[in-house]
Amino acid sequence: MSRKLIAVATAGVLAAVLAACGGGSPGPAPQGGQDAGPVTITMWTRAATQAQSQRLVDAYNKSHKNQVKLTVIPTDNYQPRIAAAAGAKQLPDVFAADVIFVPNYTSQGLFLDITDRVAKLPFKDSLAPSHMKLGTYDGRMYTLPHTLDLSVWFWNKDLYAKAGLDPEKGPTTLKEFAEQATTVQEKLGKDGKIHGTFFGGNCGGCYVFTFWPSVWAAGGQVMNEDGTQSLVNQSPMTDVFQTYRTLYDNGVTGPTTKEEQGPTWTGFFPKGTIGVMPMPSTTLGLMPKDMKIGVAPIAGPDGGESTFVGGDSVGISATSQHPDAAWDFLSWTVSDEAQVEVMAKNKDVPARTDLANNKYSAADPRVVLINSLVAKGQTPYALKFGQTFNDPQGPWLRFAREAVFGDPSKLASLNGAIDSSLQQ
Amino acid sequence: MTGIAPARPVRDPQAVAGRAGHTARRSRQLAGMLYAAPTALIVVVLFVVPLVLVVWMSLNRWPVLGAPTFNAPANYAKVSQDPLFLDSVLFTLKYTAIITVLLSLLALGLALAVQERRPGVAFYRAAFFLPGAVGFAAAALLFYGLLNNDFGPFGFLGVNWIGTPNMALTSTIMLVLWRFAGFNMLILLTGLQAIPVEVYEAARSDGATRMQIFTKITLPLLRPTIALMLILSITGSLLAFDQFFIFTNGGPDNSTVSMVMVIYRNAFFRFDLGGAAALSVVLLVALVALNALQMRVLRGGRA
Repeated sequence: MSRKLIAVATAGVLAAVLAACGGGSPGPAPQGGQDAGPVTITMWTRAATQAQSQRLVDAYNKSHKNQVKLTVIPTDNYQPRIAAAAGAKQLPDVFAADVIFVPNYTSQGLFLDITDRVAKLPFKDSLAPSHMKLGTYDGRMYTLPHTLDLSVWFWNKDLYAKAGLDPEKGPTTLKEFAEQATTVQEKLGKDGKIHGTFFGGNCGGCYVFTFWPSVWAAGGQVMNEDGTQSLVNQSPMTDVFQTYRTLYDNGVTGPTTKEEQGPTWTGFFPKGTIGVMPMPSTTLGLMPKDMKIGVAPIAGPDGGESTFVGGDSVGISATSQHPDAAWDFLSWTVSDEAQVEVMAKNKDVPARTDLANNKYSAADPRVVLINSLVAKGQTPYALKFGQTFNDPQGPWLRFAREAVFGDPSKLASLNGAIDSSLQQ
Repeated sequence: MTGIAPARPVRDPQAVAGRAGHTARRSRQLAGMLYAAPTALIVVVLFVVPLVLVVWMSLNRWPVLGAPTFNAPANYAKVSQDPLFLDSVLFTLKYTAIITVLLSLLALGLALAVQERRPGVAFYRAAFFLPGAVGFAAAALLFYGLLNNDFGPFGFLGVNWIGTPNMALTSTIMLVLWRFAGFNMLILLTGLQAIPVEVYEAARSDGATRMQIFTKITLPLLRPTIALMLILSITGSLLAFDQFFIFTNGGPDNSTVSMVMVIYRNAFFRFDLGGAAALSVVLLVALVALNALQMRVLRGGRA
């Protein structure tokens, strides 16, 4: 009797082991295209652009039989989550990614090749050019533009008026930006509540997004074409750093500027406590309704205008079981209907240049201005962008912090560290 | 620290009485193995398999998708050339030394303070232990909020809690002490209460002073408990991650980057899974060696 018991138990244990080793794939998965009935696909996006993704998904789910289930992941954790999911072959059907990480993801083979599908889109030539460029790897296309997030200067018209500045005239050069911020600080900053300006001083991505457009506006560059050689130790980058350094030294920046790690850097302007600062264009639709905000393109030290064309691209994961359903959703998100009635209606920048002027943008000249910057701005390309510029332990954050708050004599060797990180 | 529970001899009177001796022994052995099987299975699946996998990973260039390629010993050669990792080794050792000393002293003080049964002592025991019931990640976030200069209740003090390297380390140590002192106190308390009252009575009747009782009786008899606490504290500190990842984010200027943070960064920000696995193996070997050494030193005195 006991022997029988042992045999039964052994068989049970063996079965458990086999099940554990089976890898958890529950039977053969349906192939894309032959899906019977409506399909629910999964999608991931990062919190920074959650509002836009959510609106697109809601509109799609309302008008389609197929459904999209959206999961929002904290922005700081997005890259590790993607890496972990990819390693476990657990990527969602569709995932958006910060456009600057896309070259790295495509080089790792995370996205499905959609070149032939894109070629069939009637408006393929007007898809946001910098997003499409970064989504192309070895001549094949992997992503579509999902959201466009441009860096611009916001100024608070009420504070300008109180400080004796012309509330309708924002800065047109970085020098004017510094002067106006200083005036606001001197006139209104006595009680310590109002500050001239603010920036994310302990946040690599914030520096990239808000400082680099001033370099491009002055005709300079931050990296070589291939993204393998750093140029941030040269003018005009050094001039831009010097301007912000002076602002910090003179106490014009908010008190937590040096410690701001990124999560809350856009939270101060809507409180009405900052005179003028660089902000993401996607936050314009989220500002308090009664707040009077001016929008100006980011300028170089002596003029020019540019912007960091950031935001998200979206692609189908290489391991998706529902590529056709996923493409149905993706191609819909760049359609006229989605771009005008969902994106433009909420003051967001359309992902297509042919829709820059639409019935909603005409109502707000600030939106027209932002839309027009897509063609003037840049998106830097580097295969090792994230680990060099965004990672808090990466070399760029140390470089920028020494340049703005610390010891400029260390910059030469730190620039070498940026180079070697880019070339890894 | 997972181990296989020793199989207990099975007493099955029917089997012993009714069958030949060697069959009964065989049956008992099988039954014993069977009793141990669930634990053994868990150990194999959750410990041995991942361990073998991580060693294998460390010998390969391992992309997040696609097939790995064998490249040993490139991942290990890289370890000594990673300045961030070398810095993190020094920082982690420094952190471990500081935290172990402070935590042990504080825990011992607390344990001695609440050792005897007196009115109200239960309240203090509970109060000291309560922070240990808060999840560590939640505690790190709690401190991040409390010490925030913009909106935290302690921000008004004007102290830049995580703005400079020394303050960031000091604030983190405060966090860890707050979170773990009660737990270590509990460990020491169990050791203290295991010391027979008769020993103390004998010492007192021999005219020993309080100091003599503490150094000649309490400390020596507490030695195994202190050893346990030290091993837990040192191992835990060398593997520190949550507090630096959440509370200081490795900053300012990479001054609070622990070893495990570097492993995490290599794996999930740089997608260098092979390199991260190599660092993990190095850390594992160092930890095993250190623990063996500690056991020997701490046991040696008693033997």
